[in-house]
Amino acid sequence: MGTYPWAPGFIAGDRPRIVTSRFEFEDSFTLERYLATGGYAGLRAALAKSPSEVHDQVRASTLLGRGGAGFPAGVKWGLTPEGVFPRYLVVNGDESEPGTYKDRLLMERDPHQLIEGCLIACYAAGLSRCFLYIRGEMALAQERVAAALNDAYAAGYVGRNILGTDFGVDIVLHWGAGAYVVGEETALIESLEGNRGMPRLKPPFFPAAIGLYGKPTIVNNVETLSNLPFIAANGPEAYTAIGTETSPGTRMVAVSGHVQRPGVFEIVNGTTTFRDLLYGDDFCQGMRDGNDLKAFVPGGGSAPWFVADQLDLPFEGRLVGAAGSMLGSGAIMVMDSNTDIPSAALTLTRFYAHESCGKCVPCREGGTWLMRILERVVAGQGSTEDLDLLLEVGSSICPGDMPHAASAELGLEAVPFPYKMTTICFVGPSAYVPVHSALTLFRSEFESRVTPSRPRVRIPVTAAGGGA
Amino acid sequence: MSEAVEITINGRTVSASKGELVIAAAERAGEYIPRFCYHPRMSSVGMCRQCLVEIDTGRGPMLQPSCMVPVAPGMAVDTESETTKRAQEGILELLLANHPLDCPVCDKGGECPLQDQAFSHGPGESRYVEQKRNYEKPIPISELVFLDRERCILCDRCTRFADEVAGDALIHFIDRGNATQVNTYPDEPFSSYFSGNTVQICPVGALTASPYRFKARPWDLEQVDSTCTSCSVGCRISVHSSRDRVLRFQGVDDDDVNWGWLCDRGRFNFESIHSEGRLAEPHVRTADGLTSTGWNSALQVAAGLISDAIARSGPASVGLIGGARGTNEDAWAWAALCDALGVTRRDPQLGDGLPASILGLPRASIADAAAASTVILLGPDLKQELPVLHLRLRDAAVSKRTRIIEFTSTGSGLTAHAWRSIRHAPGTVADSVAATLADPDVAAQLAAGPVVVVAGRADLAESPAFTMAALDRILSAVPAATVLPALRRGNVVGALSHGLAPSTTTDTATAILRDAAEGRLEVLILLGADPLVDHPDADLARRALAGAGRVIAVDGHLSTSTREADVVLPAAIMGEKSGTTANLEGRVSRVEQKVTVHGTARPDWMIAVELASMLGHDLGVGSVEEISARLPVGVGGIVTVAAPASAEAPAPSVPLGGYDLRLIVSRVLYDSAVSTVESPSLAGLASGAGLLLHPLDLERLGVPTGSAVRVTGPRGSVVMSVCADDRLQRQTAWAPFAQPSTDGVSGDIREVIDAGVAVTDVRIERL
Repeated sequence: MGTYPWAPGFIAGDRPRIVTSRFEFEDSFTLERYLATGGYAGLRAALAKSPSEVHDQVRASTLLGRGGAGFPAGVKWGLTPEGVFPRYLVVNGDESEPGTYKDRLLMERDPHQLIEGCLIACYAAGLSRCFLYIRGEMALAQERVAAALNDAYAAGYVGRNILGTDFGVDIVLHWGAGAYVVGEETALIESLEGNRGMPRLKPPFFPAAIGLYGKPTIVNNVETLSNLPFIAANGPEAYTAIGTETSPGTRMVAVSGHVQRPGVFEIVNGTTTFRDLLYGDDFCQGMRDGNDLKAFVPGGGSAPWFVADQLDLPFEGRLVGAAGSMLGSGAIMVMDSNTDIPSAALTLTRFYAHESCGKCVPCREGGTWLMRILERVVAGQGSTEDLDLLLEVGSSICPGDMPHAASAELGLEAVPFPYKMTTICFVGPSAYVPVHSALTLFRSEFESRVTPSRPRVRIPVTAAGGGA
Repeated sequence: MSEAVEITINGRTVSASKGELVIAAAERAGEYIPRFCYHPRMSSVGMCRQCLVEIDTGRGPMLQPSCMVPVAPGMAVDTESETTKRAQEGILELLLANHPLDCPVCDKGGECPLQDQAFSHGPGESRYVEQKRNYEKPIPISELVFLDRERCILCDRCTRFADEVAGDALIHFIDRGNATQVNTYPDEPFSSYFSGNTVQICPVGALTASPYRFKARPWDLEQVDSTCTSCSVGCRISVHSSRDRVLRFQGVDDDDVNWGWLCDRGRFNFESIHSEGRLAEPHVRTADGLTSTGWNSALQVAAGLISDAIARSGPASVGLIGGARGTNEDAWAWAALCDALGVTRRDPQLGDGLPASILGLPRASIADAAAASTVILLGPDLKQELPVLHLRLRDAAVSKRTRIIEFTSTGSGLTAHAWRSIRHAPGTVADSVAATLADPDVAAQLAAGPVVVVAGRADLAESPAFTMAALDRILSAVPAATVLPALRRGNVVGALSHGLAPSTTTDTATAILRDAAEGRLEVLILLGADPLVDHPDADLARRALAGAGRVIAVDGHLSTSTREADVVLPAAIMGEKSGTTANLEGRVSRVEQKVTVHGTARPDWMIAVELASMLGHDLGVGSVEEISARLPVGVGGIVTVAAPASAEAPAPSVPLGGYDLRLIVSRVLYDSAVSTVESPSLAGLASGAGLLLHPLDLERLGVPTGSAVRVTGPRGSVVMSVCADDRLQRQTAWAPFAQPSTDGVSGDIREVIDAGVAVTDVRIERL
């Protein structure tokens, strides 16, 4: 029925597949199987062309980054300053966004595809060394990638004079130490350099200009790179034939929560809608126990929430952004009508407050403060003033308009993505996003939990001048 | 200023220089942007987010940290917009969320950037009602610094300073998120020579220094800008006092000299101003030993001793050692007194420096050195002797402006940053220099741009002639090179330049002491000098003080040598007197009196003037201002008085041989110097006496590390405990100079040094 015991969670379905094409084989992670199913053909095809031709192919394919921001990979590769060497490829395998577990499957089931993708990227973008950073908790992925890399070295696909050409690249494996923020590219680079995983400010530390060891660095997601062998072997036309013009190809989505059949799906990009995904027979087959849908998170725990009004939106970044959220890492978390919304918001906020690296004050202090207030509210010890305070504290992390979904029931218009932020990276805002979504779309559920506050007398404070 | 860039700040057009950060450009334009983590002398991290302002670079206004964004043409900055104000208020509320607000008992209260900016840019009240973070209240992170993690706002200033500026990354963030804290590594204290700077730059009361804790409130402090004279770098300081007691020094940012930094010895040895060892009144030796007396009688006795000596044996029978601890005015007055008496034997150094002729060489400034393409280090470990010069050169090397070529016997704090670190045994540095200059890579580097030689006395067990010979070689190979004299004593350059330099080699301190030891000196004047502790040749110093007819000591403290004197005249010390001082560049800067002098002590110059008048000479001055007016160079200028040429013969190299070990003795920051010993906070920091050898030499000698050995040299022998250190070269042994015996075993290494021997070879026997 499209599921395989060796790929738990994966549901194949009757759809075009690009990155999961080998998942049906139990031994898909071995070099033998990989070669028997067209493996390293993309690399051969790429090496027969000039690097700039391969780069043009990737540009023409409009392959969008799958890490969260959805930036076109071909454009990203072109951002490195000319004539500065060495330059590096860093593979972001630190998949840790809540609800996301697609890259882990790609690394466990098809590590050679990732390695081949790395090699093609290095060839096309002139990168001399590749650092493959895998999340610390993913033991099987680490094992499989390491074994595959050994086999690939032994078979001459990695190292010096690859396939007899004068192209050579080394791939260095690195395991993370378990920090969510290291999924952020500059924090990942810090971690790779041996420092505390803390983001760097962009500007000036755009990795393409000043990245790993201060050198130009391309950071790509595992899924993004796993698409390259197909594009190189079959050409960009074969890739853009799937999906829409602005969102071509397929993408991996991971659905969790209150659906009949949660799992990882490779879906056609740009045309598949959330309704298809959540209710389709070939996908999640509707809500569990026939309940109603209450809300869903469309793009990983840090994405603003959607409600049933947004079900007919397709997987298309711009449309989802205009509707007030993001596609992010492709993790959909579904909440049915039995969900306790304040508790759900607390669960997510607690995660982001815990995962703050401690660098930026709004995230370090604000995230925990939000969590504390929510804890009070959920425990029934909050006041109506606390609900406003949540929004006030949140606005110290995200000043200005917060994106949220439209709701016909509440008469709410959508506020488009993104938000403004006072922090360097998205961890801080991510602690506030669930609070804001929940309070905007389900305020009555909070109000029934809290007691009305007594009116406060505000004593005016006269500001004195001076500075340090 | 480099290329100008025009930006608008709050609608006003402002000119900034290319690469300047928005926060700095705004401050120059009079728009203060609140900040905590930003520090102009360190790299920006954008950590506290307090300096967020709206910046429009053509894509609409965006909230950006102004400490991270360099100015760009056409940029519009709004520091007062509603969004900016909202963001800044929000950050301040969050910063205060977990702050304990124990301001009433916090030393920082009243001068606290968090307090000030909470008033100027904060929301005025807090809505935080949750439990605040709790940590053990202050924990000592070193002998000098306490850390209160509850007050800490995690701005990364101290940790950045320790890592970037000092190079002692001994404090760091540990744990993550809301539980992040600054701390040391387990069981490894923050034992940095520069730890006091972290206290000064801490924007809250999280870091406090033990000498100042709970001593005063900032609004009770009086302050005056002055100059630190602990060493010859001449860091600018602000002297803070309350109720006539000096309570702390703070570094003042001087672009030419110290960039705001101080070393801990300079920062904390103000304690010696008020120490118990201060001399309050004159003393004269009687049958009962040193007996206190009045100024008049003490001066009469002193004058009588001098005039008798001159009448009996001529002015050559009087010698003066010291003067480097005083002001330029003090030096001038004592030189004038000597001139009036015909006394030519004077030396402000104590056989531990270089010949005064080094001041006649083309002079470099600190800024020259920090901007040179090559700096040649031919001297001591600057981290130990001239710590803030070390910081300036470290910065030059780390930021890749300057390549350092180092000639050293032991390695130094700059070895890790040196382009070339070349080892030599004592007595062979000139050969080492010659061989290095012959290297084509080195020659190309020296031809690439300005070259500055930092020259000082690296080894007190070796004749300074070797260093001078090496310096000659460098200057003849690179004629355009300039020299920064790394002489150590506070105002040694001022003293040498204002008349206290020895005119011939027979007038040096060592020569004077030798004559005294042989009974040829009738009167020895110690002007703030302590040869019993400070001269490399302990035996010579001892015999000199015993053999000199009479000893007149002018000193602020009752030092070891002062105890042996016949007349003791109490002197005002830094903090108690005004005048000028010259640092190693020759740069003249003010020192200011902040507190009343101790007891009846008088400034050195006044003692000289009064002695002169008792001896029938009128120096023609009655105030420090009158002397200042006579000095050739005023404040801000560089003293360039040509010092007399050295007549010392260049020494030939002394090759190493036999079973001997060649002894290296050099200073470390904390030693038995009186200002350190008399400062309770610093007194315990000396490493203690001992001897280090290469581990293979220890093995060869069959001596286990930590055991006691007998060290025998040209002068005598001493028992030392010995340890292995693989940074040393084979066949050398290193001992720190003037250290107390903290292990109960080790004696004073100076006992084996003979000032008349070119190098000190020692033998080691197991006990």
